[in-house]
This record gives sequence, structure tokens and C-alpha cells, in this order.
Amino acid sequence: MSSDHGTDIALASDAHGDEPAFPLPAHRHRITDTDPAAARRTERQVAAMFLLSAACTIGFVVAYVAIPTSSFIDLGPIGVVQTSNLALGTTFGLAVLLIGLGAIQWAKKLMSDEEVVDERHPLGSPQEDKDEALAAFQTGVAESGFVERKIVRRTLIGALALFPIPLIVVLKDMGPLPGDSLRHTIWRQGSRIVVDVTGQKLKPQDLAVGTLVSASPEDLDKIQEEEGTQNARAKASIILVRMRPSEIKSEQAPSGQTWSYQGILAFSKICTHVGCPIALYQQRQHSLLCPCHQSTFDLSDSGKVIFGPANRRMPQLPITIDSEGYLVAQSDFQEPVGPSFWERG
Amino acid sequence: MTSTSVRRHKATGLVVLLASLVATGVGYAAVTDSAEAASTQVASQTQVEAGHQLFLEGCATCHGLAAQGTSSGPGLIGVGAAAVDFQVTTGRMPMAGPAIQAPRKTPVYDEEQVRQLAAYVQSLGVGPAIPSDSDISTTDANLAEGGLLFRTNCAQCHNFAGKGGALSDGRWAPTLMNATPREIYEAMLTGPQNMPNFTEATLPQAKKQAIIKYIASLQDAKAPGGLALGSYGPVTEGVFIWTAGIGALLLAAVWIGAKVR
Repeated sequence: MSSDHGTDIALASDAHGDEPAFPLPAHRHRITDTDPAAARRTERQVAAMFLLSAACTIGFVVAYVAIPTSSFIDLGPIGVVQTSNLALGTTFGLAVLLIGLGAIQWAKKLMSDEEVVDERHPLGSPQEDKDEALAAFQTGVAESGFVERKIVRRTLIGALALFPIPLIVVLKDMGPLPGDSLRHTIWRQGSRIVVDVTGQKLKPQDLAVGTLVSASPEDLDKIQEEEGTQNARAKASIILVRMRPSEIKSEQAPSGQTWSYQGILAFSKICTHVGCPIALYQQRQHSLLCPCHQSTFDLSDSGKVIFGPANRRMPQLPITIDSEGYLVAQSDFQEPVGPSFWERG
Repeated sequence: MTSTSVRRHKATGLVVLLASLVATGVGYAAVTDSAEAASTQVASQTQVEAGHQLFLEGCATCHGLAAQGTSSGPGLIGVGAAAVDFQVTTGRMPMAGPAIQAPRKTPVYDEEQVRQLAAYVQSLGVGPAIPSDSDISTTDANLAEGGLLFRTNCAQCHNFAGKGGALSDGRWAPTLMNATPREIYEAMLTGPQNMPNFTEATLPQAKKQAIIKYIASLQDAKAPGGLALGSYGPVTEGVFIWTAGIGALLLAAVWIGAKVR
């Protein structure tokens, strides 16, 4: 067709007459185009798919009505599944899939696949249409009095200019700014440490070496009710662990102070990376692993990061016992708990 | 003269130390004997001796001839019969070879031998006894509370569906799907391997029973929606849909675009 251009797919910029701009390879007919028997066979295939789809749709309705949700079926490696869900999913899925498969088979094998060139009409509108639209617009402007009635025009522009203000004002609801609330929790000097869920107070002898306790301050429920949010719980969650005092390599306490009590250490439960709650404590290594991004903290060595993306050590809560022998906090955390934030630098 | 006196002093000190250790052990055992007798069968002297023999054959290589521990295994003095029962009936001990963690396998010792080993280790220093049937009974346990306690204390490592999960350095929290109520109770009480322990004071018996009841409900749980993919959450689900799901779409796209002859 265009062998004089050197290649079949070369752009025939100097095409003339009825020659297409893009030369096409010679058309090859399909079996279904040349063999009527093959075409009928394909026709039957497509019709069978559509019929099967219809049968599946009816099957869906039958399954919905007939199969009780209490019925379960054992599918071996897949597990014990609800028969109703299985039947509904299978019939509905097949009904949709078979319509799609039939349509594609129909288009691929039976619909005409002759390539045709369809010249695109010019993109611009005819000049008379343009003139007509412009005339209509100008008539509209003149009839509305937009130009002469200055006061109407200017007040309208003013109203439209002010209109977005509410959208900006309501941004205030994103606040208030947190202030110093990110730096403090509800732990206070003398806050009793209680076991999560059961609310039980703890004495040092309640913990053996290797014990892990998820804990919170005793007055948490009251404060949470006053705040009306879960923020207090999220920030004040701690874990208590006990190791032999000789196993503690270092603590976060300044020199001269001790923040642990007879080998019992309290650490924040909130990962310093992005704030996942973590209690995957491996008691032999004294390591605390975060399941989200595998940050690992060594609780026997000041809670320092020994693996993973966390950038700050796990904050330690200073603890001691009160006059009745219960474990209490010495003070609030001495550094912010949870992930880093903008103002912390 | 002086040197003899010093030498005698040293020997005396050792004897006094040993004597006082024995006295403390015997005295403590005598005090706690009655409580133990109520909950478990009393270990006879023959059981202890048979257990000692088994210990020397199967355990002493790593745990030391006097169960004092070596560089290859921890000391067992005071770990208690419950720890022995857990480790040996689940086949974790004795280990097949040095490894970062002992996996569950077919037990090496039969029930009687486990009792003997437990009696021997318990005789070294009193620890948690093997829980009795009433200790692990879940008849009066609160299933909903068990769920709450499980999600607070267990789910972080053993997965919300009790299927287990990965820890660091090739360690893992095992699945709970094959764990019996006694094993679960013993594991909470003794904290095997890297698992922390949950003492009677921090997690009382009734709460342990509630957790056991909840785990039993997880073991019986069905998968109404079909393929649960191990209940591991987004990791297995992601792998499945990125390979099987997108793979199927790719094949369909290739089929749609293929030239028909």
C-alpha cells in the first residue's frame, strides 16, 4: 500500500487522494468471518454464557430465599464457611462475569473488525454560529442593564467577594491549638497505678520477674468522663515490667534519682514513632517491639531505640510506693509521650 | 595456725550455707505442702527420683547437672511444676537442637514421665504447681470479659484471632489454635521463653479462666465470609489481592487485547 515510503508504519504526510494518512496493514479475516459453521459455534457459545448468567441470577434469588444463614459448609483448606454467603457470592459474581465474558467474546469474534478511516470534522464552530452566539450575549447584556445600572453591578460584585468568608471562618473549628497539652499527661505525684480493665491497685510483690502489666492511673475514668474524650487514656497508658535490678543497665532518671522500684519499671505504652500502642514485650531480652513498623526499645537500657524507624526513646514514668505500699507515680512523665510534633523540634 | 583457722572458717561457711538452703527449702515446702496437696497430687519421693534420672538423661546437658543453668539453657530452680508441664507436654522441651526459640512438636515424654520431671523440678525450689481441673474450669467464666482481657493483654503478640505473629530476631508468638486450657493457664502463670508472665495478683484466676474461655471461642470460630487467609490482616490479604487479584485482571486484559485468528 505504501511500500514506496520505505516502511509500512511511516507517516504519509504527503498522502493524496483517498489514501489514509496512516497506512494500515492488509486486513486478515478471522475464521468466524470466513467459516459460517465457526460463526454459528461462536454464536452458540456467547448465547450459552448469557443463558448461564441468567441462570446464576435466578440462582442468587433462590439461594437468598432457600438457604438459612445458620447453615455452614466445610470447604477443606478454605475453612468452614457460611453456605448462604458462599452461594450468594458465587451466583452473583458469575452472573456479572458471564455477561462480561459473553460481550467480549461477541465483540472479538462476531462483530465486524474491519478497520475504517473516519475523517474528523473541523473542531471550530462555523462563523455564523459564532456570530449568532455573540449577538445573543450582547443582547442579554444590554437587556439586563448590567452596564448602566452601576449600583446593582457593584453590590453584586461586593456580595460575591464576601461570600467565601464563612468558609474561612469555620476553619477555626480545626482548633483550638493544643497549647502545652501534648507535653503533659494526667499522671501526678502520688497517682496510683491500676491494672487496665480490672482497675486493681498494685503492690510491688504482685509482680514477679518477667511480669508484664498494662496499666493506667486510678483516676482515669473520672478524668475521661470530664474531658468527654479518650485523649487522657491515649496519653496516660503505660506498661509495667519487672526485671532483676542487676539487669537494669541504665534508667532515664537524672543522676542521684531512681525512677524504678525494686526492678519494676513503668514506660509509656505509646510508640514514639507514630503512636501505636505497644505491649509486645519479650521478657528475656527486655525488648518492646512495635507491631506497626518494628521499632524496638530496650527497656533495661533507658528505653532506647535498638531497631526501627522510631527516633526517640520510650519515655519512662518515675514510680515509687506510697504510705500504704501501693505503686504510685513520682510525677508526670518528664518528656512528652507519643510521636514527635512540630513545636517539639 | 591462722591459716588452718581461716580454711576451717571457709569450709564452715559453705556447710552453713548449704544447710540453711536445705532448711529453707524443706521448711518452705512444708509450709506450702498443704495448699499443694489440695490442688494437685502430692509428688512422691520415687517420682522425684525417677524425675531426677530423666532430668540427668534428657535435660542436664543444657540446664546443668543441678538445674542451675548453663550458657545454653536457663536455670530451673523455682520455675515450678507448671513450667515443666507446659514445656514438656507441648514438646517444646527437650529441644531438638540449639535454636532461637523452641517450637511446638510431638512430645518426647509420656504423661507419667512429665509428672516425674515436674516433681523433680518442683523439689528443687517451689514454683507454680500444675493447675488442677477446677483451676482451669471455664464454667463460670465471663466470655465478654475474657475478650476484653485478651485484647488488652494477649492480642498484641498472639493476634486478635489468636493466630500468633512475628516478633523480633526470628522469634514468634505461637498460634493458640492448638493450645489446651491447661497449657494456656500454665503459659500465663509461668511466662515460657520470651512471653511475660501474668501473676495471680495481676491477673487473678477468674480472669485467666475468662481468657481461656475466650480463646476456646476463637478456636471454634468459623469463617462466614470464606477464605480467612490465616486471619493475619492486611499482610496476607494484600499479598493475595496483589498477586491473585491483579494477576487475574492482567490475564483478562491480555485475553481481551489478543488478536483473534
